[in-house]
Amino acid sequence: MSNLHLLDTKDWGLEPIRKGFGRGLADAGAKNEQIVALCADLTSSTQISLFAEQFPERFVEVGIAEQNLVTVASGMAAMGKIPFTASYAAFSPGRNWEQIKTTVALNNQNVKIIGAHAGLYTGPDGATHQMLEDVAIMRVMPNMVVIVPGDSLEAYKATLAIANDPRPTYLRLARDKSPIMTTDQTPFEIGKAYIYTPGHDLTIIANGTVTSLAVQAAESLFKDAIDAEVIHSPTVKPLDEETIYKSVKKTRAVVVVEEAQRAGGLGGAVSEFLSENLPVPVVRVGVRDQYGQSGTPEQLIHHYGLSKHHIMMAAHHAVDMKK
Amino acid sequence: MTATEGKTKKFQTPRSFTDKKLSLQKLELKANDIRQDIIKSLEAAGSGHSAGPLGLADIFTALYFDILKHDPKHPDWDDRDILLLSNGHCVPVQYTAMAHAGYLPKKELLTLRSYKSRLQGHPERHALPGLENTSGPLGSGLSQGAGMALTMRMNKQSHRWVYVVMGDGELNEGNIWEAAMFANKYKLHNLIGIVDRNNIQIDGTTEHVMPLEDLRAKWESFGWHVVDVDGNNIEAVIDACSMARAIVEKPTVLIAHTIPGKGVDYMEFDHHWHGMPVGIADVAGAPPKNQQAREALHDLRSLRGKITGDHE
Repeated sequence: MSNLHLLDTKDWGLEPIRKGFGRGLADAGAKNEQIVALCADLTSSTQISLFAEQFPERFVEVGIAEQNLVTVASGMAAMGKIPFTASYAAFSPGRNWEQIKTTVALNNQNVKIIGAHAGLYTGPDGATHQMLEDVAIMRVMPNMVVIVPGDSLEAYKATLAIANDPRPTYLRLARDKSPIMTTDQTPFEIGKAYIYTPGHDLTIIANGTVTSLAVQAAESLFKDAIDAEVIHSPTVKPLDEETIYKSVKKTRAVVVVEEAQRAGGLGGAVSEFLSENLPVPVVRVGVRDQYGQSGTPEQLIHHYGLSKHHIMMAAHHAVDMKK
Repeated sequence: MTATEGKTKKFQTPRSFTDKKLSLQKLELKANDIRQDIIKSLEAAGSGHSAGPLGLADIFTALYFDILKHDPKHPDWDDRDILLLSNGHCVPVQYTAMAHAGYLPKKELLTLRSYKSRLQGHPERHALPGLENTSGPLGSGLSQGAGMALTMRMNKQSHRWVYVVMGDGELNEGNIWEAAMFANKYKLHNLIGIVDRNNIQIDGTTEHVMPLEDLRAKWESFGWHVVDVDGNNIEAVIDACSMARAIVEKPTVLIAHTIPGKGVDYMEFDHHWHGMPVGIADVAGAPPKNQQAREALHDLRSLRGKITGDHE
């Protein structure tokens, strides 16, 4: 839609989503001196290095100690700071979930959990580092906001937005470069989903790196006589139920696409909402109860059934179920 | 959190704060009262931990009635010291000490662990003004204290201290040692750890479950100043904390040797009373369950009669 100032697919650029976070945190830090950054020995790859270089007195290196990472941050938040904690998603929230629950979420402290290198785009590092369960485990935690940006520019805006929001937040980032679909003018608000492609026959809801594949799938589906509406939902929690409801009321069939386990993530959130309010077929595209492996992101996206082709098959399946 | 916290500002004393100290005799009587109220609240709750809170009563009396700079009428006072209970299961002693200090009515202690009570089974920061953290899952308090101490330094608040009470069994947790390394790196002299060295945990003695000794050497090798102290001697605890505040180049930990179940004859040194209140089960060496509370209070009242001003 034109008011979102999106790029045509032919004009898409490429950049890792985490780069937008790095720039966003440095800019947020310049605006608010209460922002502090903590890292567990992954300063450069999480891109928190940009903040650390500009504000060394507000940067805390905790070493390879993810439990300490978030609990020190909880203490700093209790004293009025706004701590951003960065590690790989496999370790934070992968290793320190209980500390996040007890000392951040239940304690309701304004700590930001930045999970970098999440999902299949972590590539050659293999299964141990490809965090696929993070969206599910963070979404079920009361008080926690969960955001999965679709490109680096959105990650930049999301970082500025969460810096100004008092709630504990999980922000999921990807390692390898992925398409830039948006522009500086494209809006971002916590809790808002955006209609990237309008349509009438089917609603495709996506976030993260694979929103780009959903948009491409919708273009090809049009040739198959399926007029699909693509909703980009960077905020998994709180879910933009209004936008989703309006779309699904019209289309009566849904495909959810995410670069994570099918169980419990965005697909879980959408299914839970619709089953209680507007029961329609929901087909979830994601990793099917499996661990990842080494490979390029492209190889892994294909292997685990998340490619444009797989999204199109899921779309046909969902539309067929309407009949 | 208050809006002014996080900014450097002049030390301001709220009107209700007083640093008038109690005599040692009065502190010992206070600790005895706190022990009796712990027994009563645990009996009313019908569940909860007995041994740790009784063993910690002298330390919490020393903290709330001498060591801490705090104001029960202004729990969010910007210049207060901070006390974190890392081993949240011992919270009955904190609730009781807080009630005696004026944070809550003493009769509310009988709501411990009950539905809609502010006195949750494990402490929740939002439930009760004056609680500084939410704890229960073990091992996180020292890190939170380190984050607070580091922030005080960033904010140039050199007149504030953070005290973190930990259990000894809790030191099995790796998170504690992550915090110990961190506090050494940042030389957090304004962080004072107090380990309740009562030698018991749920499954038995600490040295049986997972040996902690040489505990002093462990902390020293992590770069901490270590003070061994009799944790059931109020005067010794106060002195040790004064010394800890005078150590400016590194964090200090008190290894506070306490007697679990202190003051109740049949509970002392017996790990079976770690996670159990009076009145729910017959235990070898203890009175029948319906007489446990009465006998515990009888023991404590007898001890109370022996507290005199002689040693002042």
